[in-house]
Amino acid sequence: MAEKKTLNLNRVEMPKQPHFIRRRNFNEVALGYTPEMAVAEAKRCLQCKKPLCIDGCPVEIDIPGFIKCIADEDFAGSIKLLKEKNCLPAVCGRVCPQEEQCEIKCILSKKGAPIAVGRLERYAAEWEALQAQIVLPEINKNTGKKVAVIGSGPAGITVAGDLILVGHDVTMFEALHEPGGVLTYGIPEFRLPGRVVSREIDYLQKLGVKLVCNYVVGKTKSLKKMLEEYDAIFLGTGAGLPWFMEIPGENLNGVYSANEYLTRVNLMRAFQYPKTYTPVKRHKKVAVVGGGNVAMDCARTALRLGAEEVYIVYRRSRTELPARLEEFENAEEEGVIFHFLTLPEKLFGDENGWLKEIECSRMELGEPDQSGRRKPIRIDGSEFIMPMDACIVAIGNSPNPIIPNSTPGLEVSKKGTIVVDENTGKTSMDRVWAGGDIVTGAATVILAMGAGRKAARSMHEYLTNS
Amino acid sequence: MFEIVERKMIVPNLHLLVVHAPDIVEEIQPGQFVIIHAGEGSERIPLSAADWNREEGTLTIVFMEVGTSTGKLALLKAGDKIPTVVGPLGKPTEIDHFGTVVCIGGCFGMGSIYPVVRALKQKGNYVVTIMEGRSKNLLYWENKLSEFSDKVIKLTRDGSYGYKGHIKKGEDIIRETGIKPDRVIANGCMTLSYKTTKEYSHFNIPVIVTLNTIMIDGTGMCGVCRCTVDGKMKFACVDGPDFDGRYVDWEELAKRRKQYLNEEAFLVHHSGCGGI
Repeated sequence: MAEKKTLNLNRVEMPKQPHFIRRRNFNEVALGYTPEMAVAEAKRCLQCKKPLCIDGCPVEIDIPGFIKCIADEDFAGSIKLLKEKNCLPAVCGRVCPQEEQCEIKCILSKKGAPIAVGRLERYAAEWEALQAQIVLPEINKNTGKKVAVIGSGPAGITVAGDLILVGHDVTMFEALHEPGGVLTYGIPEFRLPGRVVSREIDYLQKLGVKLVCNYVVGKTKSLKKMLEEYDAIFLGTGAGLPWFMEIPGENLNGVYSANEYLTRVNLMRAFQYPKTYTPVKRHKKVAVVGGGNVAMDCARTALRLGAEEVYIVYRRSRTELPARLEEFENAEEEGVIFHFLTLPEKLFGDENGWLKEIECSRMELGEPDQSGRRKPIRIDGSEFIMPMDACIVAIGNSPNPIIPNSTPGLEVSKKGTIVVDENTGKTSMDRVWAGGDIVTGAATVILAMGAGRKAARSMHEYLTNS
Repeated sequence: MFEIVERKMIVPNLHLLVVHAPDIVEEIQPGQFVIIHAGEGSERIPLSAADWNREEGTLTIVFMEVGTSTGKLALLKAGDKIPTVVGPLGKPTEIDHFGTVVCIGGCFGMGSIYPVVRALKQKGNYVVTIMEGRSKNLLYWENKLSEFSDKVIKLTRDGSYGYKGHIKKGEDIIRETGIKPDRVIANGCMTLSYKTTKEYSHFNIPVIVTLNTIMIDGTGMCGVCRCTVDGKMKFACVDGPDFDGRYVDWEELAKRRKQYLNEEAFLVHHSGCGGI
């Protein structure tokens, strides 16, 4: 007779920097589990016979498997299992929305205490990073097929990682001077340290992936010419032009796109100015427009740059906030002030063109719209003024236009995203696949990785049979 | 890494940089730019192409030493290597058989207008090139520009060479000599672009100016280079850098250009010791 395990509902909390300290530094907020914490949390896992958590994972990690290893203190085994399905465990352990993927499916989540899959994944990756030698998996013999991966963000990294393991010759191209895509220019140091991303890129290079930075496919070389050199190409070019609200005053000084603000600070290390030469303004009163993770990142970055008051201005209510709960809570703890049901209408500047104040309206929620969320409706006569010296617009961006614009014959949707076959990631062009934000519009790291995984499978099939 | 073939000061404060970048040179067209990043801590600087040699794979740039990052570039010598030269970025200048084209170059623009002049001449246009500088010792490439121009007008503000005057004087000469331009193309600082727009708008022809806005990535991601053209938001790095000056919101652009003046000045005076 099977032994009945008692349910342990004490989810092991992960230590964090106290909010009153971390709000003024760029060091990582979450500090990670100790080995004892990791083992204790892993031991709570029920090891379900039919684990539902795996269904929730876009890259189908053997979640109970790697957790079992941690429970048995076989950390090497746990990272080996993770890396079979996920080439970026240190990244995903930190930035995946586990609460709506694997953890929500956990049987213990019904009791309010799902296994902390993300924290355990992160623990295994950090354990590996501390080892003197990283164990490289066995690589199949070289097939002689050449693959170009355009863009070194999460989707591109996944494709490169998967295809190098099955023996293809992979070169990854990056437009910026540092690899990592949004992991490098977008997600701040305090949420995903640069060293973590560098480590993952180093690992890919150790596996044999060639990396070419400063190369804009579609500009430096056309996709058509690339196809003469490569047997298959994956497009993971991600984000493009930032969206603005299309209200008066958006070109005032002190108004930024989230991409600009974060790129200055993360990629260009403007937080170290004047040690580094790219500056960023240290504004006193900052409003961030939008309610996603990027908006939270901007608000918390502004705090760390010394802002006295930072507001999130979001047109729907807290219930509809798209940001992860954890990020919302972190932001709130650090002192970010939330203005829900608020819509900026006009930005006013001073005589030198600097933002001075924002006129906003109050909103109320109506019937659900196409997205299924209740539609915000303006309350007439509710206008009010917020004095502000910076406004960061974090309402999303269109897909990167460079390859679509320079590649006749590549099918693109009205929104500018590349059209692909849902199951394979194949584009309308022969030997070209695509995935990530360039296909879906702005989404998450793990969804981009899932798309990369799918495309890599289809590319491998094609390369094997051709 | 990209190898420096040559770097020299051609006139006070303006440097010529020749860099080996064969992939970029193979694709580059007149009016396009590259972004140079001289290594850790530096800014990414957009710089227009002034010439190239496809056989040797070399790209020539003329840049002004204005701040710390360009100061770093001004110290490069042949054989040095820099980590980032990326491009060609932006849309090329529109080249066609327009008829008579007035090309105006000032400062670094005397260099970047050269490929435009050459391409226009090769398309069979009648090309009038105007070189503009404060004084004789700031004009360069007269021979190169003359080779592809039907007429070259030199302007100096102190009258030490050619005609005395600025953009207005050039327009006077064009008008008085009965030249009827079908298009004007100006490369240079914002003042030159603005004044060209002002002086040439009465011809009712396109006044094409290259906007040198602040940029970071240069590939249409950050949006710092945005400007208003014909009432619409445009991004200089992907929609430009060429725009018809008649539709540009110059007042807004001038204000945006000044955003980081204090920070730039601070760096120049900052010795690195922690003090100023």
